[in-house]
Amino acid sequence: MIDVAIIGGGPAGVAAALALRARGIARVAIFEREASLGGVPRHCGHPPFGMREFGAVLTGPAYARRLAAAARAAGVEIYCGHSVVGLLPGGGLDVVTQQNHFALRALRVLLATGAREAPRAARLLGGDRPQGVLNTGALQAALYLQNMVPFRRPVVVGSELVSLSALATCRRHGISPVAMLEPGRRPVARWPLTLLPRLLRVPLHLRADIAEIRGGATVESVLLHDGRAIQCDGVLLTGRFVPEASLARMGHLAMDAGTGGPAVDQYGRCSDGAYFAAGNMLRGIETAGWSFREGAAIAQYITDDLCGGLPHGGEAVAVLCGAGLKYALPQRLARVTRLRGVLQLRVSAAVRGQLCVRAGEAVLYRRHLTALPERRILIELENIRLPPGVAQITVEILA
Amino acid sequence: MGAAQGSCEAAWLTPSFSRWTLRGMFDVVVVGGGVVGCAVARRFTLQGARVLLLEKAADILSGASKGNSAILHTGFDAPADSLELACIQAGHAEYLAIREQLGLPLRASGAIVAAWSAEQAQALPRIVAAAHANGVADAREITSAEILHREPGLSPAVLGGVLVPGEALIDPWSAPLAYLLQALENGAEVRRQTELYSGTFSGIWNLQTSTGAVQAKTLINCAGLYGDVVEERLLGATHFTIRPRKGQFVVFDKAAAKHLGTILLPVPEAHTKGIVLTPTIFGNLLVGPTAEDQEDRARAATDEGSLRMLVARAEAMLPALRGMPVTAAYAGIRPATEEKHYRVRHEPAQNYIALGGIRSTGLTAALGLAAHAWALHNGTQSLIRAPIPAPIAFPIWPQAPRLAEHDTRDWQAPDHGEIICHCEMVTRREIEAALAGPLPARDAGGLKRRTRAGMGRCQGFYCHASLAALTAGRFA
Repeated sequence: MIDVAIIGGGPAGVAAALALRARGIARVAIFEREASLGGVPRHCGHPPFGMREFGAVLTGPAYARRLAAAARAAGVEIYCGHSVVGLLPGGGLDVVTQQNHFALRALRVLLATGAREAPRAARLLGGDRPQGVLNTGALQAALYLQNMVPFRRPVVVGSELVSLSALATCRRHGISPVAMLEPGRRPVARWPLTLLPRLLRVPLHLRADIAEIRGGATVESVLLHDGRAIQCDGVLLTGRFVPEASLARMGHLAMDAGTGGPAVDQYGRCSDGAYFAAGNMLRGIETAGWSFREGAAIAQYITDDLCGGLPHGGEAVAVLCGAGLKYALPQRLARVTRLRGVLQLRVSAAVRGQLCVRAGEAVLYRRHLTALPERRILIELENIRLPPGVAQITVEILA
Repeated sequence: MGAAQGSCEAAWLTPSFSRWTLRGMFDVVVVGGGVVGCAVARRFTLQGARVLLLEKAADILSGASKGNSAILHTGFDAPADSLELACIQAGHAEYLAIREQLGLPLRASGAIVAAWSAEQAQALPRIVAAAHANGVADAREITSAEILHREPGLSPAVLGGVLVPGEALIDPWSAPLAYLLQALENGAEVRRQTELYSGTFSGIWNLQTSTGAVQAKTLINCAGLYGDVVEERLLGATHFTIRPRKGQFVVFDKAAAKHLGTILLPVPEAHTKGIVLTPTIFGNLLVGPTAEDQEDRARAATDEGSLRMLVARAEAMLPALRGMPVTAAYAGIRPATEEKHYRVRHEPAQNYIALGGIRSTGLTAALGLAAHAWALHNGTQSLIRAPIPAPIAFPIWPQAPRLAEHDTRDWQAPDHGEIICHCEMVTRREIEAALAGPLPARDAGGLKRRTRAGMGRCQGFYCHASLAALTAGRFA
């Protein structure tokens, strides 16, 4: 019997596997549907990856190879080309390979299936349906894994970190974006990274969004909401990451509308206590380094759980996501005397106000907050004392 | 009639009709590789005719047949005593009769015509009466309590409805593909990227196409959105005018499918059948179509406003859809005409049949229309000097791709290569099969329709690169 089955061999999954082996868990298995471990960094052909994990500045592919090597060296059972297609209550997995379709059972399962960018349809982006409307992930995979160039003069939508990664990728492959569009009033990524478009001579249009994509077989132009048209031969839709949580969604696990991932407690434990989740499948999106550390941290909790040392999940306190917030993670707190870990928050629009955690009228935590979308907002849980008897707490931003 | 016969004979007596020409000539040329053209090609081939199908696009099903709601209708709401009703019912019956031999799926979902206002509720008895008059005897009115018992996820605002048990879900692309494959396996030919430019009839049809001249005894116009254009090129005038009507659709994530098992039809209004919320055979949930008249026959653009409206309408009917991710959005164009009914024209003197104006019921009616066209043609067979030989006694039955979510899929069988599209669970073996055989996919849309690769929730985020590599150099 496998002790811990990890679904997804990206940074979070591999980090968890390494931590579990280091704590002496005998059988730790990673199930990865692709042909190799590494996850999304496999096709991010630029630094910086791995500074904290490996003490070196690596490109994505090099980082992915280091992850795979570390997993092999640690005695992790690695099953690439294995698709997990169903989750059953209590830790049963439905697994498909080229040859077989089989069921297996593990004492604990860690979901670490990552995140992906919202595609065109999920953005309800109108117009014709030509070829050449891609996400960054698809572009990078085409360029790095298949050496194929899908367009030469695309419009780039978004100004997140990944959008700038997309610009860097384009530059390396002779693709010259004709414009970068950001619907908001300011770029989402942090200065000085936002200087990159200007350095690469890509005009950045703020408060600009596509109303319509036009083209026949391939993209010919985009029409903006303000009436401007931009000639281009492709559209690169960047960012707006959503957890690749379809396994959990199709299965029996409780989901959270805010994150789009499974609802978990501070230990990463799902509504079925045999399941844990870590990395970007919990939320869109954090860095590879964050996901790696999160995977390792949740692996510690899984180890505790296997040894009977994790506080049980019953009678949890619900964490409600209140005014001004896009999500709050975890979505519930197992009731313990001293809380550990962090509460991860995001906003959908720029806000300034008082970040509050309250239980009914009682304010448990309060601080001033100025925040932008897609920026990390954290509350150390050890700063929060749960009053006895509360069933829920609310996190909100008061103007 | 006499004059026509005379010219026909004269043509046959001219010296240019060598044996070689006769061998090179087709009994029937079908113009248009939509669902109707594919069904017609199959029917005439099985009857023993030598058939050529012309399709101007890179692949079949590239026009009106590309986007529809994928329902096998009963005809309960078709116009009484109409050709449309007859073809729907004949087509439905034939689909049921042949589907297992062709490996075509069916999910007996049933449909509910749901009333959401007092006015709509008043129309329900009339809908039942019309259904009964159309021979759909099991259609019956049901109360809102019955509806909610059957579909607990629906909004309790539903006031009542009509249950039509015979409406079902099918695969809208594998079905016509299987029809044409069966025609090809039994001797028919297909020429894609072949546009019909002009034609003259002098006992036989001499056709000029973008890939050369073609001769045929009979021409069947199944050109869908270009039916009137083709008729004008052939006859110099047309008896109908296509008024393209766009319909936008939104497809919800597969997780939505567990919230609805029955097709939810609206109470029809004057212009259109209205917006349908339906499960699909692929395990998605689909809402649409809009009904927007437009000039353009080729361009089927979506717009954010309409897509948001469809999502809102779906959420109002099925509240569990709130926050449900959208997997896809697309638009199709129906070949509506200036009149509501099917525009079928038979010119026996010129061996010409037009199956025009086949709007939204074409997927169901196609096999019935094909049988109707055969009956029309057969009634005038004496015009043709060399009669069509006997029907094929033991036709070959090719197998359609098996893409239905509730059936066993290819990934569940060993040696599928690998899973290329993880969202729709499409295997390398399926993709390679779709790129081979007598009717290989010739563009990205054709591959999607044959395999569903890239049609899932990530829309190619994970599989775009592998698909691009697998298909490099394979498309037109």
